[in-house]
Amino acid sequence: MTTTTSPNVSEQFHAIGPDIADTKAPAGPIEKRWDDRKFNAKLVNPANRRKLSVIVVGTGLAGGAAAATLGEAGYQVKSFCYQDSPRRAHSIAAQGGINAAKNYRNDGDSIYRLFDDTVKGGDFRARESNVYRLAQVSVNIIDQCVAQGVPFAREYGGLLDNRSFGGVQVSRTFYARGQTGQQLLIGAYQALERQIGAGTVEMNTRHEMLELIMVDNRARGIVVRDMVTGEIETHTADAVVLATGGYGNVFFLSTNAMGSNTTATWRAHKKGAYFANPCYTQIHPTCIPVSGDYQSKLTLMSESLRNDGRIWVPKKAGDERAAADIPEDERDYYLERIYPAFGNLVPRDIASRAAKYQCDDGKGVGPGGLGVYLDFAEAIERLGLPAVKAKYGNLFDMYAQITGENPYETPMRIYPAVHYTMGGLWVDYDLQSNLTGLFVAGEANFSEHGANRLGASALMQGLADGYFVLPNTLANYLADGPYEKIDDSHEAVVEARRAVEERIATFLSINGTRTVDSFHKELGHIMWEYCGMERTEEGLIKAIGLIRDLKQAFWSDVKVTGVNEELNQTLERAGRVADFIELGELMCIDALNRRESCGGHFRAESQTEDGEALRHDDEFAYVSAWEFGEERPTLHKEPLEYEYVEMKSRSYK
Amino acid sequence: MNITVRVWRQKNAESKGKMVTYGVENVSEDMSFLEMLDVLNEQLTLTDDDPIAFDHDCREGICGACGVVINGQAHGPQVTTTCQLHMRSFEDGAVIDIEPWRAGAFPVIKDLVVDRGAFDRIIQAGGFISAPTGSAVEANNIPVPKDNADHAFESAACIGCGACVAACPNGSGMLFTAAKITHLGLLPQGQPERDSRVVGMVEQHDHEGFGGCTNIGECTAACPKGIPLDTISRLNRDLLGALAKGKA
Ligand SMILES: Cc1cc2nc3c(=O)[nH]c(=O)nc-3n(C[C@H](O)[C@H](O)[C@H](O)COP(=O)(O)OP(=O)(O)OC[C@H]3O[C@@H](n4cnc5c(N)ncnc54)[C@H](O)[C@@H]3O)c2cc1C
Ligand code: SF4
Ligand code: FES
Repeated sequence: MTTTTSPNVSEQFHAIGPDIADTKAPAGPIEKRWDDRKFNAKLVNPANRRKLSVIVVGTGLAGGAAAATLGEAGYQVKSFCYQDSPRRAHSIAAQGGINAAKNYRNDGDSIYRLFDDTVKGGDFRARESNVYRLAQVSVNIIDQCVAQGVPFAREYGGLLDNRSFGGVQVSRTFYARGQTGQQLLIGAYQALERQIGAGTVEMNTRHEMLELIMVDNRARGIVVRDMVTGEIETHTADAVVLATGGYGNVFFLSTNAMGSNTTATWRAHKKGAYFANPCYTQIHPTCIPVSGDYQSKLTLMSESLRNDGRIWVPKKAGDERAAADIPEDERDYYLERIYPAFGNLVPRDIASRAAKYQCDDGKGVGPGGLGVYLDFAEAIERLGLPAVKAKYGNLFDMYAQITGENPYETPMRIYPAVHYTMGGLWVDYDLQSNLTGLFVAGEANFSEHGANRLGASALMQGLADGYFVLPNTLANYLADGPYEKIDDSHEAVVEARRAVEERIATFLSINGTRTVDSFHKELGHIMWEYCGMERTEEGLIKAIGLIRDLKQAFWSDVKVTGVNEELNQTLERAGRVADFIELGELMCIDALNRRESCGGHFRAESQTEDGEALRHDDEFAYVSAWEFGEERPTLHKEPLEYEYVEMKSRSYK
Repeated sequence: MNITVRVWRQKNAESKGKMVTYGVENVSEDMSFLEMLDVLNEQLTLTDDDPIAFDHDCREGICGACGVVINGQAHGPQVTTTCQLHMRSFEDGAVIDIEPWRAGAFPVIKDLVVDRGAFDRIIQAGGFISAPTGSAVEANNIPVPKDNADHAFESAACIGCGACVAACPNGSGMLFTAAKITHLGLLPQGQPERDSRVVGMVEQHDHEGFGGCTNIGECTAACPKGIPLDTISRLNRDLLGALAKGKA
């Protein structure tokens, strides 16, 4: 066992503030907490709802579901997204499936088991109350989606089909071929369009949020840029919801969409919202490896492939033979060997790190030795080609399209890639941030998944937040409204708009020598190298220095062409990259402070003798909630307590 | 490989556009088509030229944001989205024409970016099942024959890219509209609104300025998701049925 980090070395980079005492979760038996909260929440009379307004930024599963539901309930909703249509939010890309504790397989599943799996899967860094609620509403989500016409996979009898996903031993994942996210999002999108048609939701596409407006310590509005005309607009309401997705693109290369960004959450952070657990990022084990330095993004191969595909590398380092020429006894099915109980279905963080270690040992395959095989030969023999095609056809096609190789004949090559961010804005049980009136939903908040997210649970969380949690908790907040009307001449509105305009003017005036992408790539390299799958004290300190230099270089040497008053994609990217640079630094500081390994956060100094993650519950069983500071951030700890699930080290052996 | 591209440049909706020629060197065949444009844009930026605007987001063939006409074909020579097209589909030295979707209902915003808002408005006019949040019954109380579920899924796979419109000599949006009619019409949950849906969506389709369908089939041929032409027959049947019942 090695734990040789110097204590408090991170404290040169941050201050420590008071703990967060209350998360507003009701006490009492865990099964009753959500019912209690709903029962005690204030209600808004339907006739009064029309007088109350809500801004929802984001139209993914979380934002789309929330806007549709709130509009339907009768509130005045303004919805925003940066794409040309709400249907294109990044949720569309989710492939594998969505969990729900329906126990349709009769395999011993239950709400409690889903709760238990999620708390353990999150490596004891998520809140029990929230996770339990998530498991509870999971069953309503499936009902809701089926009612909307989401075409989930079915069995011959006409009932819903399930598959299993990494990290659990029951079959509770609902899916729509390899396009589950698409189908769920289309369901939410159609519900949203219905409300837009009915006039309860005003939709603003191609509008990017660039600032939060705070009035008398309440979140009351946002500043957005019309991405077609460049006009800077201000919008105000009684409450603001951010459902703007994750920040994986801080690594430049990730499985996120090109436009996925932290700008909305980072701007809110700079206005006072705590950013929680920024260093918890998920590196997904099954992505298509990088092919060259022109690469703009990475493509995920759904984790569901691990149900039937077997992962291996040659036993001998530096083996250059083609896969087909390597005989069975010279292959190392390392996950099956090291983790016999879960085999190829170990959780993502474990599978990713195992692949990295194989490649570090020189056993990697493909260009640069950065890949491992995912082999379907055995599955094709066992199930037959048609069955494999029916299950995974679109994924195989995608692989063939990208790599030019035929995965039915040669094994796929895969490598880990940044995929999901567990960190995000801090929220209480009601999904309200520490800023009154600012609610955060979906991947944009930090909740539910702790230090590692289990497969098929982000879709579940997004829809839980949007359809079932927010509509209740937000109503409780709105019940005290409407708040004083704010017009455009209010000092806070004027100030927020001026800040946005000045920032844009600065980008356009620097006229340096380097492109925005060149900075983004450099940031990505730093993050991947020092704040990726394995982190060390030395590396993180180095990274902080490099990022600070990069920030200076960016603000003095970036080149942003064109003007504001037009569709200007370079200007859009410049704003996002500027925010990513600042977030990157906070991620490193957070990783440095957390001198333990947990879930997706692996500190090399904190591992067991056989190289598994070693948590330090006595010191680190808390959520790190960071308050912004011009000089340095302040850490607030939210202690985590486990009343139901006993804290143990995870074991998948 | 080294290639030449001729790209439609148009400053904004009001100005006139023209084709402009650029050379792109050292293109790898493993690059995606959009990565090739990225490389070109980096080049343009460094020479103080305006980078080419194009829509894209997921780069995985699923969000439907990307889409340009390549050498006269919507999404180019392969049946896939523009973002999933790779440079190995082109020869060294190739000259490639790149234009935006051309259709009356999709006005150009800038360069290769068009406004496809009309598609959203068609959905607003009935492309949904009214299922208020919280009102749903237990999911397995609505069995759906596997065949119907699978076919519904295949139509629901439409990504709203608009290639069908760009490929159609009439600029018709019928394949997109029919895909939604088919998805929802095949499910028991979709039956109560089946008539009003088809009437509303077709009306909106026509109102947006899309052309009529004359069964040419260019739409299906260009569709990256393989939405079949017989969805349009289904739409027509549903429409006639609804009109006969006096639902218009
Ligand atoms: C390739 C891939 C596959 C996945 N597969 C699965 C899976 O099988 N199962 C699973 O459970 N999870 C999966 N996930 C994770 C899951 O898809 C996401 O976590 C989830 O969909 C996020 O939903 P969201 O609503 O929070 O945000 P998103 O869907 O990312 O939506 C963000 C929204 O915010 C808007 N927005 C962002 N910034 C701004 C801004 N500044 N101004 C205005 N609007 C803004 C965007 O326009 C968009 O509408 C996958 C993720 C990826 C990348
Ligand atoms: S029908 Fe096909 S081509 Fe038309 S929008 Fe849908 S996916 Fe695109
Ligand atoms: S960028 Fe999403 S489909 Fe091409």
